[in-house]
Amino acid sequence: MADNSNILTMKGISKAFPGVQALDAVDFSLRSGEIHALLGENGAGKSTLIKVLTGVERQDRGVIELDGHEILAKSPHHAQTLGISTVYQEVNLCPNLSIAENILIGREPRFAGSIDWRRLNARAAQILEWLEIDVDVRQSVGMYPVAIQQMVAISRALEISARVLILDEPTSSLAAHETEKLFAVMRKLKSEGIGIIFITHFLAQVYEVSDRITVLRNGKLVGVFDTATLPRVELVARMIGRDLNELEEMSRYKQAAATLSQSSVVLQAKDFGRVGSIEPFDLDLHKGEVIGLAGLLGSGRTEMANLLFGVDKPDSGTLTVAGQRVEQHAPLRSIQAGMAYCPEDRKADGIVGDLTVRENIILALQASRGWFNHLNTAKQREIADKYIKLLNISTPTADQLVKNLSGGNQQKVILARWLATDPDILILDEPTRGIDIGAKAEIQKLVLTQANQGKSCIFISSELDEVLRTSHRVLVLRDNAVVVELAQDEMNERTIMHIIAGGES
Amino acid sequence: MMRKLQIDSKYLPLLVTIVLFLGLYAFGVVQYRGFSSPQVFFNLLIDNAFLLITSIGMTFVILSGGIDLSVGAVIAFTTVLSAYMLEELGLSPIIVIPTVLLFGVTLGAVMGSIIHFFKVQPFIVTLAGMFFARGMCFVISTDAITISDPFYRALALYRIPILGKTFISINVVIVLVVLLAALYLAHLTRFGRTVYAIGGNQHSALLMGLPVARTKILVYTLNGFCSALAGVVFSIYMLSGYGLYTNGLELDAIASVVIGGTMLTGGVGYVIGTVFGVLIQGLIQTIIMFQGTLNSWWTKIVVGLLTLLFIGLQSAFASSRRTRMAARKAQPAAKVTPGAAKLASDVSQQG
Repeated sequence: MADNSNILTMKGISKAFPGVQALDAVDFSLRSGEIHALLGENGAGKSTLIKVLTGVERQDRGVIELDGHEILAKSPHHAQTLGISTVYQEVNLCPNLSIAENILIGREPRFAGSIDWRRLNARAAQILEWLEIDVDVRQSVGMYPVAIQQMVAISRALEISARVLILDEPTSSLAAHETEKLFAVMRKLKSEGIGIIFITHFLAQVYEVSDRITVLRNGKLVGVFDTATLPRVELVARMIGRDLNELEEMSRYKQAAATLSQSSVVLQAKDFGRVGSIEPFDLDLHKGEVIGLAGLLGSGRTEMANLLFGVDKPDSGTLTVAGQRVEQHAPLRSIQAGMAYCPEDRKADGIVGDLTVRENIILALQASRGWFNHLNTAKQREIADKYIKLLNISTPTADQLVKNLSGGNQQKVILARWLATDPDILILDEPTRGIDIGAKAEIQKLVLTQANQGKSCIFISSELDEVLRTSHRVLVLRDNAVVVELAQDEMNERTIMHIIAGGES
Repeated sequence: MMRKLQIDSKYLPLLVTIVLFLGLYAFGVVQYRGFSSPQVFFNLLIDNAFLLITSIGMTFVILSGGIDLSVGAVIAFTTVLSAYMLEELGLSPIIVIPTVLLFGVTLGAVMGSIIHFFKVQPFIVTLAGMFFARGMCFVISTDAITISDPFYRALALYRIPILGKTFISINVVIVLVVLLAALYLAHLTRFGRTVYAIGGNQHSALLMGLPVARTKILVYTLNGFCSALAGVVFSIYMLSGYGLYTNGLELDAIASVVIGGTMLTGGVGYVIGTVFGVLIQGLIQTIIMFQGTLNSWWTKIVVGLLTLLFIGLQSAFASSRRTRMAARKAQPAAKVTPGAAKLASDVSQQG
């Protein structure tokens, strides 16, 4: 029954958490000398499967076999000794120790009870040399970039003679050439017969290195595919379990831009700017309109948003919101004037993980009402339930702690928080970063439906297709200045990239 | 070139400490007659033997990312218990010394276990340990007890001659043994390296399969032993036991560790640095003594300033490291989706 080339087989793995069936009879197998991509949306069960495999969680049902023998890892360390090592996105090393120590600590070569530093350094150097990484192993690991730290973590796994290596989102914080280097190392390990489980959000990378793909959705196995024979569009469809037509459908939501230019102007900036942050610009935002800001990171998109919301003070020009000229530029003013701003680094600042979904949602509303004007619990619950339904937030109840939600759902909670204040103008900076395709589509759709209800929105994103899909007009930024404004019929990816790259349109 | 510089930066705080010590010493020698006598240096060791021992123990605690406030009280309790057992109960030092050491070890192990298993802040647990030990002193005796035990007296008065007329005490020999053992522990054993690893990142250490629980408890146990041993040394030095001894000594020990270049956040530092940290404090005291007109409390003021200076230095080093890291990370920051970046560069080449 067991395929001989399989080093790892997981059969019928089930795991339930309070309120969620995280894994439902999932099968997974890994061949020796294979790079196997494990894909799925946030909350599909990828992390839980890995946690079960590495002994962080224990499965309710199901069997795990390594080399034909049943195993049950009691802890990540135990899993390592069994031959299953994991390298996480946030590399788990001790930054203060040397590279050599990080590779070998706990297994240092010793002579008469004391650590033999010479042999330790030599051994570490040997492993890194094999991986073709040129570093001084005596240096603290914290001095090196994440890419090198990952290599150190991989080296440590190799030292413990790993058979199965799990790479969890290893490329998220790597530059392109570093990613290439990592892939070279992965191929090298593959040729040594090590099985690699590769988890990533980047589909292009899946096609670049992986041999097979296992797709999970909602804790269930969707299927196992050979990478070479699975078209990318079909992969996406399997992952989100919906027709891709839904993305196309979005154009239905989008009103014709022509009708919008007739509607009233809710926000008007004239010659508005701040030295060193954004050159003076003009902007008219109409009721029910979505304006996209396109440009590279650091081109002035976020600076523009900060200026409009009053986080930074302008030193030239005027801003008029809802017919009223803004005299005092401060976030609280802006909120009172009916604006809401969802900043880029909300992942660090926006979510209060230890509060419930309900508490997170009403946070901004309560703040704008003042803390002495308390919303009663019934009212809070009503609001929370409304937005959970509206945004399709997947949580068992409104009283679930936010930290237990997946990334995409946390994102929606933040959006709900600002929507709950019923703003007329919504500024969203990278609202879909780091979340999966399905959730992205839902957030884009939400922006458009809100616009149809007469709300205006400034939408910032690094992903051009997303900007194009959601916006009625696009402002392209380069070097801290608005370079050009494109009307709907002028908007296409090629033009925008041309402008970003520096050629005039 | 680059490599050499980086190695230096790791040892920089230690280097600053040693240079400071040598500078102060040179200042003393130039300014005051008789300061150059080797005996002045040996007296530094003799007078600070107990502080050296307890600071060495504290170094391990701070390296692991913890803190221990109980040491001053444990030293006081050790002197009282020793004096009481020797004088009131008439027990032999062969019983007394192991007993008080065992007390220190037990208290350390208990505090370490509470810190680890109940995940309580070391600050709070050892604060409780401090009050407990200090209180116990007065349960045993509210007055000072003079030690007249002949063995203790012999130890206290025995002088080991070095270079003719100069000498050191037995206590200094104990310090040297402790120091050698500590150096060995810190740099050549798995226990020592695990302490550094825990101080660097406890979560990582756990995932790396290191014995975090055992090591953390052992660190406090070791420090308990060191403070009890410092207490024995102190009772030999003072030939008495009293519950008001060594008030606030834990803070001197912590200051020594910090001045010695160890980061309060854990993971970075050296045992040998701590030795210089203690000696610098002793040296300042000696200089003030030689100076003659200044109040001895000036020692505290200078030590306070030095501690501040070193903490400032540490955060300066840490932030310079961060900037360097940030500079390296800055490159990939201008990242669009890979396809878009590629297309953009294609387009720009055409234009």
